[in-house]
Amino acid sequence: MSVEHEQDERTIRCLVAKVGLDGHDRGAHVIARALRDAGFEVIYSGLHRSPDEVVQAAVQEDVDVVGISILSGAHKTLVPRILDGLREYDAFDDRLVLVGGIVPDDDQPELRELGVDEIFGPGASMAEMIQYIREQAPER
Amino acid sequence: MSDLVDDLLAGKHSALARVITKIENRSPGYREVVSALHEHTGHAEVIGVTGSPGAGKSTLVDKVAARLREDGHTVGVIAIDPSSPYSGGAVLGDRIRMASNAGDMDVFFRSMSARGTLGGLSTATTDAVTALDAFGKDYVIVETVGAGQNEVDIVRTADTVAVLVPPGSGDDVQMLKAGILEIGDVFVVNKADLDGADRTVQQLREMLQGRSTAGHHGASGTEMAEVAGTADEDTTAGDNWEPPIVETVANRGEGVDDFLGALDDHGDYLDRTGGREQQARDRFAAEIRTLLREDANGLLADELERQGGLDVHVDAVLARETDPYTVVDDVLAPLRECLSDR
Repeated sequence: MSVEHEQDERTIRCLVAKVGLDGHDRGAHVIARALRDAGFEVIYSGLHRSPDEVVQAAVQEDVDVVGISILSGAHKTLVPRILDGLREYDAFDDRLVLVGGIVPDDDQPELRELGVDEIFGPGASMAEMIQYIREQAPER
Repeated sequence: MSDLVDDLLAGKHSALARVITKIENRSPGYREVVSALHEHTGHAEVIGVTGSPGAGKSTLVDKVAARLREDGHTVGVIAIDPSSPYSGGAVLGDRIRMASNAGDMDVFFRSMSARGTLGGLSTATTDAVTALDAFGKDYVIVETVGAGQNEVDIVRTADTVAVLVPPGSGDDVQMLKAGILEIGDVFVVNKADLDGADRTVQQLREMLQGRSTAGHHGASGTEMAEVAGTADEDTTAGDNWEPPIVETVANRGEGVDDFLGALDDHGDYLDRTGGREQQARDRFAAEIRTLLREDANGLLADELERQGGLDVHVDAVLARETDPYTVVDDVLAPLRECLSDR
């Protein structure tokens, strides 16, 4: 029987967001499911979200991890807008921002410099991603 | 800690979000936060929306929120989804339906997962409503799959409870089952454009007539009066609330105004009859009772731990040296003494 006290253990919350025009969400679904099975709470945004909507969801849901899935190649436009929005609402510092999808090697340094914590491309393993989140999710 | 309260009261979204996180996690200090917020509450109209998965709750809530925003109100939504009994994880997908309010920060939408703790969820929901109320939301909508005691407890945090019934949701015995008839103040047959909607309305009406004996809810809209049927003899207004049945097609926004009208009617009814105050009294009484039970449980768990844990007692009971009743008497003895000394 679990007696309910104030407790320290917390559940990691992740936003899985599809942003922009690309309509491929199979990967996002697979990831949402894997994160759920890892015991995380996953908020799935649905397709075709604008950066504003992603920011709104990330702030209101107070997620630990903002996972952005982009396959359309528009990451250089969309990701910075999300990062700016998070900063605007004071919701950037204590959050991991991950980008998944197709990001050419040449673009990666720029995204990291802007504040993306990690980029998972094709072939990244689910276990790797889950472990990364467990280890890196910021203390609050 | 008090910074967080100040920031929330000052209208900072991230502070509100963080407070709800603390409430959900029951992190250290969350009680102080909720206590500090209490005096700032009591202004929000709280609406519970429940119904089976796929009934269209999120879609209706989305449209309702958009409508309320048009009228200049601010809205908070708490959407509760089940969590996996295996991993404890959850995919919270209600947000997908909130398309009409995308990017509007004055609709504060928060997904919560039923983290598998009986009773804990209703406490967390109540506290989250407190946070949204203190933040200054005019309307707070609590949305949950209505199945079983846990969910029924949750919707009790609401002033008005709407139950969504999709057409073709089985025969009338199904409606008797879940206890949904008892908790609804307003019934909504959503997806009313589907075949079988008329029949569902008909069945609902019959079931509801069995529920209340007399009374007149005083609804004005012709369509609704017609749907709610009977109630033509003019009894004194405000005796009994007869739940109206509203037909909606949420994804097209049809019937949303009727639905809001029905919610308003119920609000008026509560004000007219003093029901609102009574509900608040009942709610706080229930909350105090729940907290007492939880805290007393906690104290006892600590005491058990000090006495060497539950296993020692279980061993003794297994060996037939003692029995469960005696164990409980022994564990509680110090407490009884303490209280009788006063």
